[in-house]
Amino acid sequence: MSHLATITIPKARVASSDMSAPPEQFVDPVPQEQLKVDVRNLNFFYGAAQALSGVSMGIPNNAVTAIVGPSGCGKSTLLRVLNRIYGLYPGQRAEGEVLLDGQNILDRKVHLPWLRSRVGMVFQQSTPFPMSIFENVAFGVRLYEKLRKAELSVRVEETLRRAALWDEVKDKLDRPALSLSGGQQQRLCVARSMAVRPEVLLLDEPASSLDPISTAKLEDTIVRLKREVAIVIVTHNLQQAARVSDRTAFMFLGRLIEYGTTERMFNNPRTTRATDYVTGRFG
Amino acid sequence: MTQDGTIFGRSGRRRLSNGAFVTVCALATGIALVVLAAILISLLRNGMGGLGLALFTQDTPPPGASGGLRNAILGSILLCGAAMILAILVGMLAGTWLAEYSRDGWYARAVRFINDVLLSAPSILIGLFVYVIAVRPLHGFSAFAGALALALIAAPIVTRATEDVLRLQPRALREAGVGLGTPYWVIVRRILWRAAAGGIVTGALLAFARISGETAPLLFTALNNQFFSVNLLRPIANLPVTIFNFALSPYPDWQHLAWAGALLIALTVLAINLVVRILTTRAKRP
Repeated sequence: MSHLATITIPKARVASSDMSAPPEQFVDPVPQEQLKVDVRNLNFFYGAAQALSGVSMGIPNNAVTAIVGPSGCGKSTLLRVLNRIYGLYPGQRAEGEVLLDGQNILDRKVHLPWLRSRVGMVFQQSTPFPMSIFENVAFGVRLYEKLRKAELSVRVEETLRRAALWDEVKDKLDRPALSLSGGQQQRLCVARSMAVRPEVLLLDEPASSLDPISTAKLEDTIVRLKREVAIVIVTHNLQQAARVSDRTAFMFLGRLIEYGTTERMFNNPRTTRATDYVTGRFG
Repeated sequence: MTQDGTIFGRSGRRRLSNGAFVTVCALATGIALVVLAAILISLLRNGMGGLGLALFTQDTPPPGASGGLRNAILGSILLCGAAMILAILVGMLAGTWLAEYSRDGWYARAVRFINDVLLSAPSILIGLFVYVIAVRPLHGFSAFAGALALALIAAPIVTRATEDVLRLQPRALREAGVGLGTPYWVIVRRILWRAAAGGIVTGALLAFARISGETAPLLFTALNNQFFSVNLLRPIANLPVTIFNFALSPYPDWQHLAWAGALLIALTVLAINLVVRILTTRAKRP
């Protein structure tokens, strides 16, 4: 142990003696007029264990925000706060403020179905419901709107087109969703979330089990959808963050270390940790 | 190490004990299969002759006359059907509560433990219990009491199967439902039950197979009826008790009918198990 310690100390000295010391944290603020979600001083606990400490970040509208960082850094936890899905499990709680268009969604009085109709979510594991492709997309719509059959069909088609899945499934809308390929299932899940016309779409490592071609299609869909919604994507894959996102947040051990435009984050990271991560030195 | 022969010596002994164990397993399987074959063969040999149209169209005869088992077959279907309706209702709701709502508190653990006890409770005790709560107070044996006793045997099986298959459903499926803002009971009804349907049906069919041959609980509850009846408040004819009575009788006609009835139950159970097999293999296919 002492041997290891003597190795790391000179490294730190080199870094700090280099001109001015790099900051511990560096955040480019999101301009107020672009702000969709504003996370303010968020702490999160799994029972007694603290998973997020003082996270503050703005999420812009009509843009893709990527959250990257090593395993266990709290990126998925942060995402799961944004639609309060953590509330399913006793013992998990959040402190601080998360403002969606200025309204604090952590407030007890927030109507959860309302929140979740505005903030959609797609998971790492594709989760088609055990019903037809059509019924999957219609599922959420039926919860909130009483549409006539023809209107519903129009909505389903329009949503599948937006998710760039229509051409692949238009002849088999009555087939079970589970008969689709993994990549198609995942885009169907995106479509299912989009069908209720949310304002924010959360993606939790959506491509981690997909092959490169399916991943590329999913990424196309994501970039296309940002015209309509604010997208937050958690990913392990830095190249993916670079390809699809406008802003990137780097997290480490439950803290937001650096946050800014993706271009600057990858070309000119300011903090030591983000530099090490982006250049592949750890993580 | 190889020089002193330990490895070879040990592997020789292992091979020997392995061989011995496999032989014992094969012998045990063989014995079970021989017994099963003996039962099936004697059932077929003695019961086959009785399988005719009359079996399904005529009621149980007095000694010496010819007849069939129509009233007993219908009574059994009625008893088992009513019992399964009760058992599925209670079992599915209880299993769903245990898997989805209970959050594993002390009450849930107690319910699960009692359910496990019920799963292996002797059926004659269940018959006696129903006799005390539903036969004596109403001053008479009844089909309703019989169905109740059978339901008490089937419900724990359905409960257990429902809980188990619901727990097998991925967490992400529930979260996807919640993520759309779906009320939890809609998630249960429209997503989870549907995803678990194969397993729940399998459990229900196995429960049905189990109760279709139960005799002991019916002796105290539905009793038997020489005549055709569909009145749930009166004693009702049924296959197991009819077989029991006819097989012990000194009359050859009755004994032949008992064999035919036994074959009928065996074939039903066989058919149910085949259906379960087909359902479960189909469920495994993506």
